[in-house]
Amino acid sequence: MTAERHIFTMLVDNEPGVLSRVVGLFSGRGFNIESLCVAETIDPRISRITLVTLANPPVVEQIEKQLNKLVNVIKVRDLSGDDSVKREMALICVQAKPEHRAEILRIVDIFRCKVVDVGLEHYIIEVTGTEGKLTALLNLLKPMGIQKIARTGTVALLREPN
Amino acid sequence: MNPAQSTSQTKGKAVFAGPAPQEMSGARILMAALKSEGVDTVFGFPGGAVIDIYDALMRTDIRHILVRHEQGAVHAADGYARASGRVGVCLVTSGPGATNTVTGIATAYADSIPLVIITGQVPTHLIGNDAFQEVDIVGITRPCTKHNYLVSHVEDLARIVREAFHIARSGRPGPVLIDLPKDVAKASTLYTPPSGDVRLKAYRPNYRPNKHQLRKVAGLMAEAERPVIFAGGGVILSGGSEALTAFARRTATPVTCSLMGLGGFPGTDPLWLGMIGMHGTYRANMAVSNADLLVAVGVRFDDRVTGKTDAFAAQAKIVHIDIDPTSIRKNIPVTIPVVGDCRLTLEALNTLIGENLPQDLPERRAPWLDRIDAWRRSHQLAYRQGDAIKPQYVVEVLHRITGGKAIVTTEVGQNQMWAAQFYHFDRPRHFITSGGLGTMGFGLPAAIGAQVAFPDELVVDIAGDGSIQMNIQEMATAMQCGLPVKIVILNNGYLGMVRQWQELFYEKRYACTGMEVQPDFVKLAEAYGATGLRATRPDEVEAVLQKGIETPGPVIMDFVVEREESVYPMVPAGAPITEMLLV
Ligand SMILES: Cc1ncc(C[n+]2csc(CCOP(=O)(O)OP(=O)(O)O)c2C)c(N)n1
Repeated sequence: MTAERHIFTMLVDNEPGVLSRVVGLFSGRGFNIESLCVAETIDPRISRITLVTLANPPVVEQIEKQLNKLVNVIKVRDLSGDDSVKREMALICVQAKPEHRAEILRIVDIFRCKVVDVGLEHYIIEVTGTEGKLTALLNLLKPMGIQKIARTGTVALLREPN
Repeated sequence: MNPAQSTSQTKGKAVFAGPAPQEMSGARILMAALKSEGVDTVFGFPGGAVIDIYDALMRTDIRHILVRHEQGAVHAADGYARASGRVGVCLVTSGPGATNTVTGIATAYADSIPLVIITGQVPTHLIGNDAFQEVDIVGITRPCTKHNYLVSHVEDLARIVREAFHIARSGRPGPVLIDLPKDVAKASTLYTPPSGDVRLKAYRPNYRPNKHQLRKVAGLMAEAERPVIFAGGGVILSGGSEALTAFARRTATPVTCSLMGLGGFPGTDPLWLGMIGMHGTYRANMAVSNADLLVAVGVRFDDRVTGKTDAFAAQAKIVHIDIDPTSIRKNIPVTIPVVGDCRLTLEALNTLIGENLPQDLPERRAPWLDRIDAWRRSHQLAYRQGDAIKPQYVVEVLHRITGGKAIVTTEVGQNQMWAAQFYHFDRPRHFITSGGLGTMGFGLPAAIGAQVAFPDELVVDIAGDGSIQMNIQEMATAMQCGLPVKIVILNNGYLGMVRQWQELFYEKRYACTGMEVQPDFVKLAEAYGATGLRATRPDEVEAVLQKGIETPGPVIMDFVVEREESVYPMVPAGAPITEMLLV
């Protein structure tokens, strides 16, 4: 059985300790977490967690059931299919030697991302997109020297009102 | 203000539909909330962080069982819950009091036992400061509770207690911990007795099985040539034993149980196969391995049951009935999953099957039942008598002279397996054992809890000489609270079960399993003010058991047994369950 990437989104009570319950479930049962993103929703009592995991189908089934079993998890959904929008944001600090500056800006332009900080020897680039887009951008920037990177991990929403 | 007065006064004004709210301290609210959950007993041990709560407890009619170690409190509450089906309640102080409960909580969690554990906590303004006797018990117990709470505001306390009991006893039951800071117990607020059902938006256990799935099960049941029912703790927890028995008899289907299921089906019924698994009977393991249909009810396919999972029930279609969806397809692929309460599901199946059972079913089952009977005759549970007392013989005699009616708790190891094999449990809630966690030291405090629930029943702890020492201090609890538990020590001078593995799989290298120094258990009993008896020869066994049972008050019976006796059959860990080492 091969491992597949799955994106789970869940609404949880916005209470202390809830994230720890979710993360503890994954570490305690040996489930994998690729990325994790948490913030309050429009209702301050409820947060949304988006979690990306790599697991084979029976484990994916267990993950979904185990998440549902947590008393503070209100609703869980597997958003791995095409019926959802997925985005990730990254801040990339890339080395900007004089001979590379124009090239970097060209890449930024092509990828429709933004330079949000400029220094004598670096740019910080803000990029939002699918995982594929981020990977492609990173591949192009790598030769210039990526000094630091901060990624949010994937967030996702179903393409339906509820 | 007198609370009764205030109630009647407000009632006179007829402002509130329900009972009137009263200004009360957190500690008193806790008591009122416990009372409204029907709590009659609390097992606990006091300390600084819970003095206010104890002060309030003293002024109620709730019985307090003062243990000698907090682990004992949790096991006792657990034994009370297993014997009675009610929620067991513990109260302990912060820090070390709280950490001492962890093994007990994990034990209850592994076996899905409904408990509410109340731990004191340092005052809220000190939380996070490494205060005296502060531990993050909510963090520590997160993975071994069904749910847990830190009460930050006294206004939340009544709701939290109510939710805690609801969560503990509903769905797949389990322990719930409430951490109550000292200042919250002291603070006061208006308390309104709760009314109506607890509704939690994210917690709605599914009790009613899907009808469509049930019809499929009934269909398979009618077609099957070699069906077996495999029942577990879920049957007992749901009160489903009668429905299970009716289901098995009506469909002429043999039944095996996991350790946790023993007593869920009568151990003296002709359809009884004996326990399944590592120390299961030959016929149970053979029947499951040759079955074409396995109806699993309230089980979780533990590795001690399945052995090598690929080989488990390999010829069978598997129906799995359980209230917890995570149990289904966790370890074993399943043909028909049914999420629902075991009792309700079995009752629904009985109704469905009652109408549609093929006429020729009993005849069709005959060849299968004959085959099973041949397995039974060829490989009985057996042991060889000798000069020394055989531990199995002690359990057999105990069964005979108690008429199979005692509530039996066990410690862990060989003693536990011999109790399971030779005390043929006929009724649910009479076999109380730590199955999932296998906690040595469980049996004595659990017996105390069971005795609290049933003061007039005979409660016997079948113990090993190793395990009994892990919570022996609870003898004082039994004495102080007048709980006449009987302890049968199968004293082999070894950590017997580990020694058995060393004998069979480590070429008899008995690394650190010999108990070279042992207390004199008779004198030990006497030191506590209890009665101690000893048997060293087979012909003394019956008289000692008889006398021990008849003697009022707690009794320790020390049976000096064959030192290197082993539990058979035995399936080596990870082997298919057909690969049994036999006597
Ligand atoms: C708290 C705890 N520690 C260690 C073990 C591992 N263990 C399982 S059975 C066993 C031996 C128990 O010895 P005893 O109580 O004398 O019972 P016997 O097997 O001899 O009947 C041990 C050490 C355990 N189950 N629980």
